Amino acid sequence: MSSGASVNALQRLVEQLKLEAGVERIKVSQAAAELQQYCMQNACKDALLVGVPAGSNPFREPRSCALF
Amino acid sequence: MPCVWHKRATAVVVHQVAERVEALGQFVMKTRRTLKGHGNKVLCMDWCKDKRRIVSSSQDGKVIVWDSFTTNKEHAVTMPCTWVMACAYAPSGCAIACGGLDNKCSVYPLTFDKNENMAAKKKSVAMHTNYLSACSFTNSDMQILTASGDGTCALWDVESGQLLQSFHGHGADVLCLDLAPSETGNTFVSGGCDKKAMVWDMRSGQCVQAFETHESDINSVRYYPSGDAFASGSDDATCRLYDLRADREVAIYSKESIIFGASSVDFSLSGRLLFAGYNDYTINVWDVLKGSRVSILFGHENRVSTLRVSPDGTAFCSGSWDHTLRVWA
Repeated sequence: MSSGASVNALQRLVEQLKLEAGVERIKVSQAAAELQQYCMQNACKDALLVGVPAGSNPFREPRSCALF
Repeated sequence: MPCVWHKRATAVVVHQVAERVEALGQFVMKTRRTLKGHGNKVLCMDWCKDKRRIVSSSQDGKVIVWDSFTTNKEHAVTMPCTWVMACAYAPSGCAIACGGLDNKCSVYPLTFDKNENMAAKKKSVAMHTNYLSACSFTNSDMQILTASGDGTCALWDVESGQLLQSFHGHGADVLCLDLAPSETGNTFVSGGCDKKAMVWDMRSGQCVQAFETHESDINSVRYYPSGDAFASGSDDATCRLYDLRADREVAIYSKESIIFGASSVDFSLSGRLLFAGYNDYTINVWDVLKGSRVSILFGHENRVSTLRVSPDGTAFCSGSWDHTLRVWA
């Protein structure tokens, strides 16, 4: 590999690193708190979490068998 | 390689922050429907937006559309290749996409005309130089995103088959992808055999964030419902949660007794539960906030290869190498 090719590869790497370093980051504790808040706010709508009134989950409804 | 090794979860993780959150009670989740009809391993499945229809694909080359309420098969097509590793339902519900060892992604319009041969209307959209591992329509029927064993992802125009954008950066096969929820903008996440999860800007083709904390292939990636995080499942037998705004891993879901790879993951509607299918035939249900397992589901008689929660969160479907799909609620 010529030195020209490796210089290009390194330049691309530096550009990629600059791009990634420029990402704005928040603290993990804040991120975790916001994930938790989202869960809490949406828990009541989560059928697999809290269940739904009998009869309103189509998969839990008893199925009728029709015999022909 | 971009700097990713500093992103491992540190002492401050999600379950420490969630200490005061009430623990979840016992879960009763059972198989409510079993979909039988594939002649070999089920490799992939996807829900229709109508919360009822399911498309699944198999090693035997067959792609089947099911009504999950009645378990009836509504459509079936045989692909010219075996190992159809990827399938997806179009947002309109009027078409499906699939592909695998043929290195392509093809779109089939769904017709209810019994005289029409589904295979006749097949449209080849994507062409890769290795197997297709994953595909997904964007928020319309007009564009498809693909992932491939050739190490790239790509965005295609369905009508013309034109390549709109390609995504280079993975150092090995890309195994999975997931689109960000539409409110959060034009990004998607991919996972690969290089152990990396990469987040991409769909317009520019740039990798905007990368994470490399898994110790083996990443088989599955799925966005948290808010779009601020994503989960991954790996051959290293762990699932992990990465927060995009903190730019690091924030939780690990693992147990010493779990030694087989996680093949497929998805969140419940609120993001509180993470369902993960494993190569030891089980499905583990994790409390996302507390990091603990709340349930283990038995039923499949071989590896669980694919798992998705229904669009309204009332159920989830798993597909397995045991040739069946199960709907759980």
